[in-house]
Amino acid sequence: MAPIAILAAILFCNVAASNVEEMAAGHEAHVTNNKSTCPHSFVEDTQTLAKAKHPTSKESDVVSDEVQGAVIGGIIGGKNGSAGAVGGAMHGTGGAMYGGLMGSSGTATSAAPLSRYDLVVIGGGSGGMAAAKEAAKLGKRVALFDYPSPQGTTWGIGGTCLNVGCIPRKLMHYAALIGASFYDARLLGWQLPDVRGQGHSGIAHDWGQLVKFVRNKVRQLRFSYGNALRSYGNSLTYVNALARFESAGVIEYENPSSGETQKLTADKVLIAVGGRPNIPEDIPGAVEHDITSDDIFTLDRPPGRTLVVGAGYIALETAGFLNEINFDVSVAVRSVVLRGFDRQCAEKIAQLMAEVGVRFMYSVTVGSITKKQPDESGLPSLEVELRSRDGNIVTEVYNTVLFATGRTPETASLGLDAVGVKYDAQTSKIAVNDVEQTSVPNVYAVGDCIPQLELTPVAVRAGEVLARRLYGGSTEKMDYEMVPTTVFTPFEYGSVGLSEEQAVKKYGKDAIETFLLEVETAHTDPPALSRLAHSSAPLLTHFEDLELSGVHRPKVATARSDGFDIFLSASNLSKLVCLRNENNRVVGFHYVGRNAGEVTQGFALALRLGATKSDFDRMLGIQPTDAESFSGLTVTRRSGESFVAAGGCGGGRCG
Amino acid sequence: MDSEMDGAERYDYDLIVIGGGSGGMACAKESAMQGAKVALFDFVKPSTQGTKWGLGGTCVNVGCVPKKLMHYGALLGGKLHHDAAKYGWQVGKDVKHDWATLVQTVQNHVKSLNFSYRSGLRVANVTYINALAKFTSPHHITYTLKGKEPTTVSGHYFLIATGGRPQIPPESEVPGALELSITSDDIFSLKRPPGKTLVVGASYIALECAGFLTELGFPVTVAVRSILLRGFDRQCSEKVGEMMFNLGTRFKMQVTPKRMSKTPDGQVEVAFSNGDVEAFDTVLYATGRHADTKGLGLDKAGLKTAANGKFECVHEQTNVPHIFAVGDVLFGKPELTPVAIQAGEILARRLFAQSEARMDYENVPTTIFTPFEYGCVGISEEIAIERYGENDIETYLFEFMPLELAAAHREKHPQACTSEMDVDLPPPCLAKLVCVSSLGERVMGFHYVGQNAGEMTQGFALAVRLGAKKHDFDTLVGIHPTDAESFTAMTVTRGSGESWVATGGCGGGKCG
Repeated sequence: MAPIAILAAILFCNVAASNVEEMAAGHEAHVTNNKSTCPHSFVEDTQTLAKAKHPTSKESDVVSDEVQGAVIGGIIGGKNGSAGAVGGAMHGTGGAMYGGLMGSSGTATSAAPLSRYDLVVIGGGSGGMAAAKEAAKLGKRVALFDYPSPQGTTWGIGGTCLNVGCIPRKLMHYAALIGASFYDARLLGWQLPDVRGQGHSGIAHDWGQLVKFVRNKVRQLRFSYGNALRSYGNSLTYVNALARFESAGVIEYENPSSGETQKLTADKVLIAVGGRPNIPEDIPGAVEHDITSDDIFTLDRPPGRTLVVGAGYIALETAGFLNEINFDVSVAVRSVVLRGFDRQCAEKIAQLMAEVGVRFMYSVTVGSITKKQPDESGLPSLEVELRSRDGNIVTEVYNTVLFATGRTPETASLGLDAVGVKYDAQTSKIAVNDVEQTSVPNVYAVGDCIPQLELTPVAVRAGEVLARRLYGGSTEKMDYEMVPTTVFTPFEYGSVGLSEEQAVKKYGKDAIETFLLEVETAHTDPPALSRLAHSSAPLLTHFEDLELSGVHRPKVATARSDGFDIFLSASNLSKLVCLRNENNRVVGFHYVGRNAGEVTQGFALALRLGATKSDFDRMLGIQPTDAESFSGLTVTRRSGESFVAAGGCGGGRCG
Repeated sequence: MDSEMDGAERYDYDLIVIGGGSGGMACAKESAMQGAKVALFDFVKPSTQGTKWGLGGTCVNVGCVPKKLMHYGALLGGKLHHDAAKYGWQVGKDVKHDWATLVQTVQNHVKSLNFSYRSGLRVANVTYINALAKFTSPHHITYTLKGKEPTTVSGHYFLIATGGRPQIPPESEVPGALELSITSDDIFSLKRPPGKTLVVGASYIALECAGFLTELGFPVTVAVRSILLRGFDRQCSEKVGEMMFNLGTRFKMQVTPKRMSKTPDGQVEVAFSNGDVEAFDTVLYATGRHADTKGLGLDKAGLKTAANGKFECVHEQTNVPHIFAVGDVLFGKPELTPVAIQAGEILARRLFAQSEARMDYENVPTTIFTPFEYGCVGISEEIAIERYGENDIETYLFEFMPLELAAAHREKHPQACTSEMDVDLPPPCLAKLVCVSSLGERVMGFHYVGQNAGEMTQGFALAVRLGAKKHDFDTLVGIHPTDAESFTAMTVTRGSGESWVATGGCGGGKCG
């Protein structure tokens, strides 16, 4: 009965998808035999949900193969499968549902000849789905294997971005931005309390509500992705199973319902398995007690006092939103923040984060993690040994330790060696040429598992462009240059093109002109004026956006140097890196400030079109915005000038 | 422009600027930086309700700056009421708003800007005179400082940058209006909460004021004579209106006020052209602005204006060759702060730095800061069709719900719900590209309705100026998850007959 319950849920959701709270787990699929290997069970339980929401469904003692069969049926069987379920004709045998998978005959016996697919995609994340759909759209027969995690933390279709990446992160970022804006709201007339002991926001936050909310949205999106895949009917077959190469043209996998090994032939194979966070096995206690970005978005208890280990964008984004939603957050930085990004902007981000309350510990690594008795609030107590570069060792207690020290492609179980697909032994990244082709001619790879930018839209575009080349007669190659990206820290950082350091390295210092904007807000209140007078940072190119300068957001006490130093530093930084001998063509665009994601997108297009500094100068601003700052950059780093404009209307100039 | 600079020595100043708003100050400072001797006159005539302000002109005092701050306050209201609790914040139901606190914060900021502009002029070596200037001859003006005798000074060049002021119909047209209504000159410093408000007009100023007052919790009605946002893209204008209606703004279409009178309890009773009579706490007129050029002694200088008081200029030059004009007093040019600033600066360089650069008034981006903003650059679909013919225009459309709001399931105002089931806010975001097929699908119009349209439109404006084609948008990789990335994946054209409303989805993006 369980399959029918789930399918009924799917149908129900079709009618009222907005009511996700009432929705069973959609087509989330578990790999139950692996689940026990997961150190943490911050995981939605399909079975429990199905039972809870549909008490009439018969209990089954495992999250059964039947569920999986039904789930797959729901996807691949399309309307027929669903209709069958409603009619009660389906008996919950996974095998029957595999009819859809194994071809129109509806039989799936081991004696049958191997099914042949034009394209087998391994990995149901952004890149894999995009390629699969595009190929199906072009009339090809496609099988899409969504790759269940060997570590057992399970989610559904959609890969990292949807389940444990951009989507939940942006939602938590938004929650954090709301928290940060309470200060502004009070000054702008909203009668909010300011409660002591409720973090910087002064308002209590319910972590459980946020997690539930985010999970619902993810589940709803997952459902709509499933629908999208299903809309391709028999052209696109979805299989929730671990696929591996038997040979370059034969893929084998375990039938999730029967457990028996099955095979199919593939004319071409696309590997899009993405990556997973590294867990340092050499740190005692880390594997048992740490969490990663795979877990934080579904954490079933408040994180409490949190140590984030690492200083990449995932580390800083996570530290940023946790801090803004009232948690005490420390970041252990081994060397530099945001390696690979523009230094000045990266440091600006860290500075602003420190000013809003994040504690940064530089040149610090984790020695060991030991679990102690839970603290008085019932949260876990983790004793963490922190080692500084100069040999000092301190012990601190946290409720949560989150590692964000890099990600590695999940290629180990694919059997790449057997078929000769080459990859980097260190990074596990699969080597591809400029048409995403691996060392085996009919095997391709896109997304986070190749040595390219690890970004969802890059994977999506690469997957689509590849499919069009393979099946649509296109010759267009994926262009990995001038790809914009944004770090969603409390003050966001958007960029496209080269960092100042990269530009200097590539073209030489003399060839580069860096234009910077410094607009200090003119505070008329004495403390701020005093701060202005003592400002000794002539080349820092900051301005404060209008809305924030209107309310003078404060720094946290720990970030103040003296009694006058009470306001948040200028929140914005605008920077253009130009090539002098090419008419100051802009090769790097960098922006720190609110809404950097939205600001950067259009400029990325302009840079791709070869925009020069004078094009920026001739562009008229939109008043009053932060983005208009780019229409009036006059000071170069080379000039050594200190330009303190008495501005105060954000990125613009009102007078 | 004038190489006989030696002639300037006969005058007190190389340049006299009348009007200390965005354009006047920019030109004055740039001229001074180029070595010219400059005087700037600024004088604020009180509004009909007696409101006065400091240096900086409309933008800083009664325009973009206070408006954007109130807009920001209003947006926070939307977040507090609809999103915060769902995202885990225990803000309680129905957070109240205190108008006086808002006005104080806004006015504090405005005053800090007034202060910084004065010091900015001083640093730039511009002589600032807080008095009303009048021409007495083509090269002379007279002014009177408070308690002093009139003074006359001479100038080689003049710049008129007096901007515009809101209009209220005279007693003969709408009895009571002049006495009982306020305008955008008054709203940002209004001492009492506006309460139930009637906004007359459907210009961008009208809709912006109606928008932030609605989001702050006041009952707002907009009286629209004909259409919303005349001159803007029709589809986007209607989308802006539709979203305001969904947030609770009431629209009275095809009506104008006929008469106003004060009720015993202090409200303003308005009789409309359709016969309706309704009382309001506040009536705000935003039916247009007139150039503030009367009283400048134009005839003494030989200056001519168009019927609406504006100057018909060629490259900012009036009919009197040494007298120029920038900003909102220019006939047929966009009334926008950045336009005035840039025109003023470019003019200063032409006058005093041998530059030959001219102001380009084409492809000027702008944004209307309604609750869901509307940003655009280039031409509307209607103008494109008029200019290139319907068959040569391809319009790409995409309508969607931002990820953050989709998750929160924002609800509509009850007035917009047609049944108990019909409660969800419709997708507020509309991305639109107007392309000309015969020019290789060059994008001639970029339009976006949604959150942060101002921030988003700026960069695309540069791309459109650089001649971006639809294919360039298609090869642009998105920033995920943002609303702006919607422009990288537009496939549905108006001609296709397909629906351009996104199903499911993660905002502007494409994740699956």
